[in-house]
Amino acid sequence: MNDTERVIMSLFDYVVDRWERLSLSAWLHVSEVVQATLLAAVVGVLIGVAVYRSPAGSAVATALASTILTIPSFALLGLLIPVFGLGATPSVIALVLYALLPITRNTIVGLSGVDPAVRDAARGIGMSRLSVLTRVELRLAWPAILAGMRVATQMLMGIAVIAAYAKGPGLGGEVFSGLTRAGSANATNQALAGTLGVVILALLLEAGYFVLARLTVSRGIRG
Amino acid sequence: MADSDNVSGVEIQLDQVTKRYPGSREPAVRDVSMTIPAGKIVILVGPSGCGKTTTMRMINRLIEPTSGTITIGGEDALRLDPDTLRRKIGYAIQQAGLFPHFTVAQNIAVVPGLLGWNRSRIRERVDEMMDLVGLEPADYRDRYPRQLSGGQQQRVGVARALAADPPVLLMDEPFGAVDPITRGNLQDELLRLQTELRKTIVFVTHDFDEAVKLGDKIAVLGDQSAILQYDTPEAILANPADDTVAGFVGAGASLKQLTLLRVRDVEYPDIALTAVETRDSPGALRQRMTEQGRTYALLLDERGRPKRWVHVRDLSSATSLTSVGRPVGDVVSTQSTLQDALEAIIAEGGNAVVTGSRGEYVGMVDIRTVTDAVQQLREEHGDAPEPTGSAAS
Ligand SMILES: Nc1ncnc2c1ncn2[C@@H]1O[C@H](COP(=O)(O)OP(=O)(O)OP(=O)(O)O)[C@@H](O)[C@H]1O
Ligand SMILES: [Mg+2]
Repeated sequence: MNDTERVIMSLFDYVVDRWERLSLSAWLHVSEVVQATLLAAVVGVLIGVAVYRSPAGSAVATALASTILTIPSFALLGLLIPVFGLGATPSVIALVLYALLPITRNTIVGLSGVDPAVRDAARGIGMSRLSVLTRVELRLAWPAILAGMRVATQMLMGIAVIAAYAKGPGLGGEVFSGLTRAGSANATNQALAGTLGVVILALLLEAGYFVLARLTVSRGIRG
Repeated sequence: MADSDNVSGVEIQLDQVTKRYPGSREPAVRDVSMTIPAGKIVILVGPSGCGKTTTMRMINRLIEPTSGTITIGGEDALRLDPDTLRRKIGYAIQQAGLFPHFTVAQNIAVVPGLLGWNRSRIRERVDEMMDLVGLEPADYRDRYPRQLSGGQQQRVGVARALAADPPVLLMDEPFGAVDPITRGNLQDELLRLQTELRKTIVFVTHDFDEAVKLGDKIAVLGDQSAILQYDTPEAILANPADDTVAGFVGAGASLKQLTLLRVRDVEYPDIALTAVETRDSPGALRQRMTEQGRTYALLLDERGRPKRWVHVRDLSSATSLTSVGRPVGDVVSTQSTLQDALEAIIAEGGNAVVTGSRGEYVGMVDIRTVTDAVQQLREEHGDAPEPTGSAAS
């Protein structure tokens, strides 16, 4: 056995031994990220719908969401912990805030990219404002919104690791304790298992988005 | 009028309608009053920015008038709920504005759906509409707009506008973005549809030729939608109200008039000497020709359809009429416009053969026929022998 093989074997053994704990962490990690993305999608689309007609409103909303993204995640968590305490709440809030930018921005881009002639025709044949929004504009902006959600999810997979600092759920705990125990038995295995787990889950979610796009984007506007 | 029985359109009346856009000092449309008769195609034509679109969009209240009243079929349009109003007014625009994420069938089904029709009635209606605009339902029903040509998209746009059978149809440069040949076809189709449907159609264009071809009446608009002239195409061509209208009518008003007249409206005397190629003998024909002092005779087939012109000197050596003469070139039918007739007259060297509905010979037209017809039109529509515009230029 060479060195690489030895590392892989040992990691494999580690994962098999602790499968129950690891798979639970993995599940919690994904579930936290997905929930945060969905929450951010609802908020982001609502913000997008509220502002897309006004260039100034769109600029302000995008700027605010960008500002959130420039706050380092440790700092943001540090600000949230005193208010919400440790645990899932501050990490989910942080994740939602980070996910807002790509989703809000893509909603605005998607909605303002709708051909004015299509909107005009929709009004002109007698659709109400609400059905123009829900049956036409959001449907046409949907690929962009979905792309924003995808970017957000990928970003959150990494950020959720750091959110473990606030004792949030997920694979972050593995990575953190592995790194803090560096040198002791199985420390490397623990950090590696956590990191690889995040990468694999991210790829699975990516595949999930692909399927979702296939199922929900009309063939008439699929690229 | 006798043809008012099966009109499905209703009259539209604009009364002192004004639109001032917020932030602009001058109104885009000022005090426009006009009556658009039921079941007719009225064309709004005028230079870019004169307010055609604004005027039209006030009828379905995509733009709210600043002042004035609009009545549609006797109902005050400004009192109705705008969405309800629009479902009763077909709307077709230049870029078609089809919903790209809906199939052709779904696009056409939108308004019936909004009106709460049941599924089977909608499905039937969609097929009926597709047939009406010349798209085979089986081939096109499930296509998406991006899988259609520009002309086909326009057809779907018209089908969508007509799907709920609205009495009124608004069309804003609907054929503006397609090539001239497709545009011609779409125009012909609209005319064909209209003979069946008899809607009230308000049609915006800046192409005067299109206006002449489609319009029962044309409103030539100037700045702020001021009505410079509102009359039949014949009357506007024959006698433009002022220099601006004359300028808009453009060069070649007389030639354009020819598109409005059909051969059936003029004299086409039966003056050719004819013979049936399979029945008459060359000798007998030659004798008739010398008796009547003719140099040419027209040979017909057994069903009376023109085949060839034969010169008297070709007959001396001929044994049968089936082998002599030169083929008749362009013929015109009684349905043809005088413009087509003029084309044929020029191509044929002085006169052209006129055929009836089954292709049989019925008479001849020549250049005098054409000039007389134009002259007569001018006399009917005022005394000016020349359009007033030509004096100014
Ligand atoms: N939403 C708007 N706000 C302000 N001004 C407008 C608006 N829409 C049109 N206008 C102005 O009103 C006038 C009439 O515009 P309109 O679109 O009715 O012209 P049009 O005759 O349809 O022109 P075109 O042939 O170019 O389509 C123009 O001067 C235009 O600039
Ligand atoms: Mg216009």
